[in-house]
Amino acid sequence: MKIKQTKYMKLSGLEPLILNENSNFINVGERTNVAGSKKFLRLIKEEKFDEALDIARNQVDGGAQIIDINFDDGLLDGKKAMVRFLNLIAAEPDICRVPIMIDSSKWEIIEAGLQVVQGKCVVNSISLKEGEEKFINEAKQIRRYGAAVIVMAFDEVGQADNYERRIEISTRSYDILVNKVGFPAEDIIFDLNIFPVATGMDEHKKNAIDFIEATRWVRANLPNVSVSGGVSNISFSFRGNNGVREAMHSVFLYHAVQAGMNMGIVNPTMLEVYDDIPKDLLEHVEDVILNRRDDATERLLDFAETVKGSKVAKTADLTWREGSLQDRITHALVKGLDTFIVEDVEAARQESTAPIEVIEGHLMIGMNVVGDLFGAGKMFLPQVVKSARVMKKAVAYLNPFIEAEKGDKQEAAGKILMATVKGDVHDIGKNIVSVVLACNNYEIVDLGVMVAPEKIIKTAVDEKVDIIGLSGLITPSLDEMEYLAKEMERHNFKIPLLIGGATTSKAHTAVKIDTQYKNAVVHVNDASRAVTVVGDLLNKKTNKDYVSTMKHDYDVFRNKFLKRGKEKSYISIDLARERKYKIDWEASQIIKPNQLGVQVLEQLSLKKLLPFIDWSPFFRSWDLHGKFPEILTDTVVGEQASIMYEEAQVMIKHIIAKQLLKPKAVFGLFEANSINEDDISVKEKGREITIFRTLRQQLKKREGIPNIALADFVAPQKSGKTDYMGAFCVAIFGAQELADSYKNIEDDYNAIMAQAIADRFAEALAEYLHKQIRVSHWGYDAQENLTNDDLIKENYKGIRPAPGYPACPDHLEKETIWDLLKVEKRIGVTLTESLAMWPAAAVSGYYFANKEAKYFGLGKITDDQLTDYAKRKGISKDKAQKWLHPNLAQS
Amino acid sequence: MANIKEEIKKRILILDGAMGTMLQAYKFTEKHFRGHRFKDYPTPLQGNNDLLSITQPEAIKTIHAKYYEAGADIVETNTFSSTTIAMADYQMEALVYELNYQSAKLAKEVAKEFTAREPHKPRFVAGAIGPTNKTASMSPDVNDPGFRAVTFNELRLAYKQQVEALIDGGVDLLLIETVFDTLNAKAALFAIDEVKDNRNFDIPVMLSGTITDASGRTLSGQTAEAFLISVSHIDLLSVGFNCALGANLLQPHLQAIADKTNFAISAYPNAGLPNAFGEYDETPQEMGEQIEEYLKKDLINIIGGCCGTNPEHIKVISQLAAKYKPRAIGVNSKN
Repeated sequence: MKIKQTKYMKLSGLEPLILNENSNFINVGERTNVAGSKKFLRLIKEEKFDEALDIARNQVDGGAQIIDINFDDGLLDGKKAMVRFLNLIAAEPDICRVPIMIDSSKWEIIEAGLQVVQGKCVVNSISLKEGEEKFINEAKQIRRYGAAVIVMAFDEVGQADNYERRIEISTRSYDILVNKVGFPAEDIIFDLNIFPVATGMDEHKKNAIDFIEATRWVRANLPNVSVSGGVSNISFSFRGNNGVREAMHSVFLYHAVQAGMNMGIVNPTMLEVYDDIPKDLLEHVEDVILNRRDDATERLLDFAETVKGSKVAKTADLTWREGSLQDRITHALVKGLDTFIVEDVEAARQESTAPIEVIEGHLMIGMNVVGDLFGAGKMFLPQVVKSARVMKKAVAYLNPFIEAEKGDKQEAAGKILMATVKGDVHDIGKNIVSVVLACNNYEIVDLGVMVAPEKIIKTAVDEKVDIIGLSGLITPSLDEMEYLAKEMERHNFKIPLLIGGATTSKAHTAVKIDTQYKNAVVHVNDASRAVTVVGDLLNKKTNKDYVSTMKHDYDVFRNKFLKRGKEKSYISIDLARERKYKIDWEASQIIKPNQLGVQVLEQLSLKKLLPFIDWSPFFRSWDLHGKFPEILTDTVVGEQASIMYEEAQVMIKHIIAKQLLKPKAVFGLFEANSINEDDISVKEKGREITIFRTLRQQLKKREGIPNIALADFVAPQKSGKTDYMGAFCVAIFGAQELADSYKNIEDDYNAIMAQAIADRFAEALAEYLHKQIRVSHWGYDAQENLTNDDLIKENYKGIRPAPGYPACPDHLEKETIWDLLKVEKRIGVTLTESLAMWPAAAVSGYYFANKEAKYFGLGKITDDQLTDYAKRKGISKDKAQKWLHPNLAQS
Repeated sequence: MANIKEEIKKRILILDGAMGTMLQAYKFTEKHFRGHRFKDYPTPLQGNNDLLSITQPEAIKTIHAKYYEAGADIVETNTFSSTTIAMADYQMEALVYELNYQSAKLAKEVAKEFTAREPHKPRFVAGAIGPTNKTASMSPDVNDPGFRAVTFNELRLAYKQQVEALIDGGVDLLLIETVFDTLNAKAALFAIDEVKDNRNFDIPVMLSGTITDASGRTLSGQTAEAFLISVSHIDLLSVGFNCALGANLLQPHLQAIADKTNFAISAYPNAGLPNAFGEYDETPQEMGEQIEEYLKKDLINIIGGCCGTNPEHIKVISQLAAKYKPRAIGVNSKN
């Protein structure tokens, strides 16, 4: 049975809380409930509202996504207390940013609460206990106040205490609410009554499993509702034995959440991690929760005697703590362990005459070991970044002491400006290089992404930097780099310029950038080389020689390259068109998409994307080379790759649990025909709505080998057949915020990890969506059955080429896609002036379904096609030249 | 009778501009405000603009007519402050029913003339429901954050009275506007829902919040999306923002809600930010350029002006809007 959900509950405090399939469990804070917290009751009785507010605040800070508030106590004026407390909460933005759950068994208290909260609340609760009329009236009022509602599984007969009664009451309640009252199903939450197990009474044995199975039934049969409950009840009979209780809570939740329980009151400090429960305890607890054997309760009781107290401390190998102070600091840096670093640095500070000596002595000695190991290939990039994290923590601890003494800060080996150029948003590589250089005692001035050239020049002057490093991923960034080199020349700069990033190359640097600037220009494409290059460039004794060798090397390389460029020959665009890729349109099968038009997918699950992730590029971004999964057992990088892979899994779990990344997608499928050989006319009900312009290969090829353009894969207008094509954009939102949250705590390692994971999710989403297109939305390959490996190898039918990539290098075509799909409006992905997508973790492209469609590289084109293309596209030749120049053959 | 729910699918509807700005030009004095009927009223009345619907009805009708002429499809009744709560300042609580009824009638008369003249462009009247001058979820007393100057029930009753009078006066729709405290708006929605239920009668409702500062939040602290979620329990004709910021600064907030709702989107910004003299001096062309950005981004179903705008602004806006298609309503049904 599957959960039926097409609409999702939305709540609000000052900020929205939206349940969706990624939010597998919403945690409700329970400490502001006089029935659950004696302390809270006492504070309210004594009218110590300030302290009571602190309890609410601690809940929110501790991760409660909703706070439950209850004043049902015989000695309190519940209505007055509710109004007073909610009014006070409204003045505390750090509390009332989350939605409120107004909890009472008295309607007048609930209504009083609803009248003082501006956001969309949850009412806890109503039921059929006192008959339908009261139930209907209250539900109507709640709707009018704009709140969601918890419905207790309770009716005129009593509380539901078995599987059948839970189903009977929830079905009846659902029917009344949805059909009679018109209450939106997504605003209904069923509390299916969690009762204790292992009480010794036979009739309680099925309490947990009945709840779990009833939950499964409700989620499968009552569309769009949520299921909630108070978890701690389940372990009531083990009061006093927190070890067992924690295990029971987590086992119960593990199964209930799988069955569809998506909300609940859980005390996070009373929860063991499911995977960390010792095997024997897990077995005993699962026997009880799932009612797997008759003597389960007795066995757990016996076993419980051995599990007093909570969480057995895990023992780590701490023998390294017995070494000398310097050894300990070095070990911490090499292993990236930050647990003891402050303690050790403090000890070092006490031994030293000035705190700066700890940085220059102990820490630098340790970092030199790191540098040597890295240089020798015995440490890998991710480890170095972790070392940097420990180093930063140590320095952050020492800085106040250094400032207090007004002593000199440590002298850096050099100052390096790092920037991703204007129009480009990609910065993983730049961040890695920055961190590695920082580890090697260079001061980094990181200007971030999309940095204007004026700002780079000004900062370089103001900060007196020693080197400028530029990064970029998309082709227009190459122009920006060239421009910046010109500007450096114009401003009479003498400092070296480093070039890096995925589209950069030694050839481009030599031909286009090196020639603009009289001083050193070096192409550096991996972080490990960056350290040596920077060291050589700043070595005052030898750098002159180094630079002139470099210049000479580039000169030689350039000449070779230019000569080679001229040896290739090209055919005219007219001839290339004659030699196009020919599909027999009479015979070729054209399949009409199941759904034409544009669709947005917002409620996408990150979990669903996991199987579509291609891990190899993830390791590549950390300079670990090899194919996944073989890389995990590689003799050289295997161990490190495995660690990274594990850590990525942990972060992914965290991201999914907290919904830190949000996938969005928009795509459209349209009628289409190729026209004028190289254009594709996109149509809606026969009327042209836009035209895609494609580019054709012009390299002279052997007889019979076609000169391809993407337009060849769509039936020509004159064939008289209606063909189809598609376009899409997918993106992962939230990566920047997540990376920043790590950067704010000096954790560059996880910041880079977060970005790398977001990139993987974006690619996985593109893959996932393409599959959905093939098997369902278009449905041209409904029978497809491919593994992830097949997908990575592109064994599927049809293609999804992306503007800016080899088959269609013109980034300008993204604008056409943006207009056609209204991408920015529909999912919020924007284009920079260089037509990079923001957020950076994004993929866009076309869909072609013909089984003969295949990926190819355009290669170089000649002036005749450039002129024709500019004309067709209605842009100036200059503009076309600017955007296509990496693809223009030297003439 | 034309149906606004049909018209809104066909084209971008134009809402009128400021009433206050237009009234200033008349330079009405205390004597004008009082007219004959209130010449001996015990409190000063100058500044009670809503009262002019009774004492200077021709001026109000002329202003409505000018907006319709400029291309407005909808004008707002002159009732922004016509609740017992806001009228308490003038001790005119007892007059609230008449104020709303008269204002609705005046506007409707003008609307009928225009509709008769141009049947292809039916004109509508929106009963304006202001936020009142009190706030239900904030304390006016810094020393007592738990204090409230008005309760939900007081607001609900005041709004109920206003809504009944506006409907009796013949308005085609209701417009809860300049919402700075979502709880006030929820009280108005509650009242409207009660009236609809009691009368077994339906009337379209527009709701327009105001975002007062660059933080992108309402005065009561909600983000644009949280605000949207908090008012989406009633079937609205449109939701959007007005007043406070100029058109440029309003755009991101419109974008924040546009793809998250199936309701139509409305916007009627001020003519820029006030200058050093508290005047709005953005020209119709300047404002139009910014509004065109909304239209290009396909954000809008209903567009108009708030403080500082006049028929010239509305004319420019209406000419621009005619060139664009309205935002498709209901395309975000996944939400």
